[in-house]
Amino acid sequence: MSTTAAALAVPPRSAAARPRHLPFWLGAAVLGAGLFLALRLVGNEYGYYAGYFILQYVVLASAWNILGGYAGYVNFGAAGFMATGAYTAIVLRKATGLDLLPGILAAAAVAGLLGLGTGYLTLRLRGVYFSIATLCLAVVLHTLVVNWDYVGGSRGAYIVRPREVPPFTSYGEYLFVVMLVLAILTVGIARAVQHSRIGRGLQAIRDNERAAEAVGVPTLRLKLVAATLCGALMGVAGAPLPYYSGYLNPDAAFSLSYAVNAIAMPLIGGAGTWAGPVIGAVLLGALQQAATVTISSALNLWIVGWMLVVFVALAPRGILGWFQGRR
Amino acid sequence: MHPDLVLLLNGVVSGLLLGGLYAIAASGLAISFGMLDIVNIAHPALMVASAFAVVAVGTWLGLDPLLVAVLLAPLFYVLGTGIYAAYHHFFERRGDEALQGLAFFFGIMFIVEVGLVMAFGPEQRFLDPPYAFVTWRLGEIDVPLRMLVPLLLAAVVVGSLLLWLRSSFTGLAIAAVAQDAEALRLMAVDPVRVKRLAFGISVALGAVAGGALVVVQPVEPTSGQIFIGRVFAICIMGGMGSLPGCVAAALLFGVVENVTASFAGPSWSPAVAFGWLLLVLAVRPQGLFGRTA
Repeated sequence: MSTTAAALAVPPRSAAARPRHLPFWLGAAVLGAGLFLALRLVGNEYGYYAGYFILQYVVLASAWNILGGYAGYVNFGAAGFMATGAYTAIVLRKATGLDLLPGILAAAAVAGLLGLGTGYLTLRLRGVYFSIATLCLAVVLHTLVVNWDYVGGSRGAYIVRPREVPPFTSYGEYLFVVMLVLAILTVGIARAVQHSRIGRGLQAIRDNERAAEAVGVPTLRLKLVAATLCGALMGVAGAPLPYYSGYLNPDAAFSLSYAVNAIAMPLIGGAGTWAGPVIGAVLLGALQQAATVTISSALNLWIVGWMLVVFVALAPRGILGWFQGRR
Repeated sequence: MHPDLVLLLNGVVSGLLLGGLYAIAASGLAISFGMLDIVNIAHPALMVASAFAVVAVGTWLGLDPLLVAVLLAPLFYVLGTGIYAAYHHFFERRGDEALQGLAFFFGIMFIVEVGLVMAFGPEQRFLDPPYAFVTWRLGEIDVPLRMLVPLLLAAVVVGSLLLWLRSSFTGLAIAAVAQDAEALRLMAVDPVRVKRLAFGISVALGAVAGGALVVVQPVEPTSGQIFIGRVFAICIMGGMGSLPGCVAAALLFGVVENVTASFAGPSWSPAVAFGWLLLVLAVRPQGLFGRTA
């Protein structure tokens, strides 16, 4: 109750907190540009490939964190939302011939609506019902796509990617830059949400939903906003996926590894703050990218599962929690 | 008879038979999720793990899958008490059930699933008992023993469980811990011990359900995923902690799913589970027979 009141009493501070946005965006832009230049100097196509792999998880984990970390509502359906984005891009490409960037916008719209719909049906109840519903959502969307011949059914769909996009040396580089921009935007949005009234409302919901409701926080509306935003950003993370691999089948799009990583990364990094998912995604993403080269992908995912269990048990506040000290 | 009517009748009957499998799969969850308020989303994964163990042991010793499942149940009981002990120590005690506790069970589900892929490979496994190929014909209606035997097992197991819950001291304590753990403490019963026991039983039920699953259909490591939607939908629809409600909901669910499968194609049956779940959550979250909270 006291934490709720404290969370609600901060609005005056938000005015003082606002100027800090500029250094963040500048820092992110410099970091992004530095990353791009470093990879360009290395000049290896694999660098872009691995970079994209990690950055997509930065987007996915930050998106998950908006609802899961800030508000405490666990979304198990990250793979479903991500695949929704990927298949929206494929459908748009097939139906209208529109390319990657419109595909990303469309993916955000479709996956956002999906998040809103799922949230509207289940967020009025206890949090676990939302979690269970998202878990099933992924399975059902998988079934739908397998039965949908227009996108290739279980055989999958091919996307012929252009050889290169003018200012960039290769298509891989182009995709990397797109994902880099998306990742910076997503982290920025997640950070802005955290410091906004919405974010404080969501934190109040996480700490004590009843008390939040009682002091006038519009809980359902905030949760719906978060669910929509979370879904839309997950869709964004998935939209470039068919372009990245050139071919997408339902099993790859709905891979459980997205669902587990979307949860493991924020929780291991430290859920509830915008930096936690970034730390978790970079750490786990790099680890998995290194491990896929050396050991089998199943063992690799198994390790992620164990890390998730061990971390939530022994370090419930994640890596960031080590630095913030025990509550 | 009209062929469509025959199809419908057959769909209803085999749906009821399928409901037996669902009843036994969901009854374990009715205890953990319904009574103890522990959202064990790893339940279907543990059921599939038991199915694989049943196939391995049954093939090795040449025994009937259901017999093997019942023999394995104590092992899974111990596993369940272990999982609950860890869950209680790390999450329930600290009040971290909502986020970290859910992630914990999700992690277990994931570890079990990927572990099965690593140990057995992604292929389907099966172990057919001799009665699996016998089908009784009652007029126009087929009754395959492959489906009937698991139904009978479910009836025996869930029936005796219900009797035990209603009549024994421990059974009543489990029902009591669901309502008010503090009151139980005042009567000198340790609620944590009771919950550990109940959770062990729920996982053991999952193990028996794994045996039934092997008899009904071949299993693969990811079989559990489709069952998550089914068992949670059944459990919520049955009114959470109520075993009779759970069985009734399971039979109804089996019929709905099977009739859909016979008229729209079997690949649509997972969608039924989800649609059903959403409908229940949106319209009647307290379940068909449940009381309003």
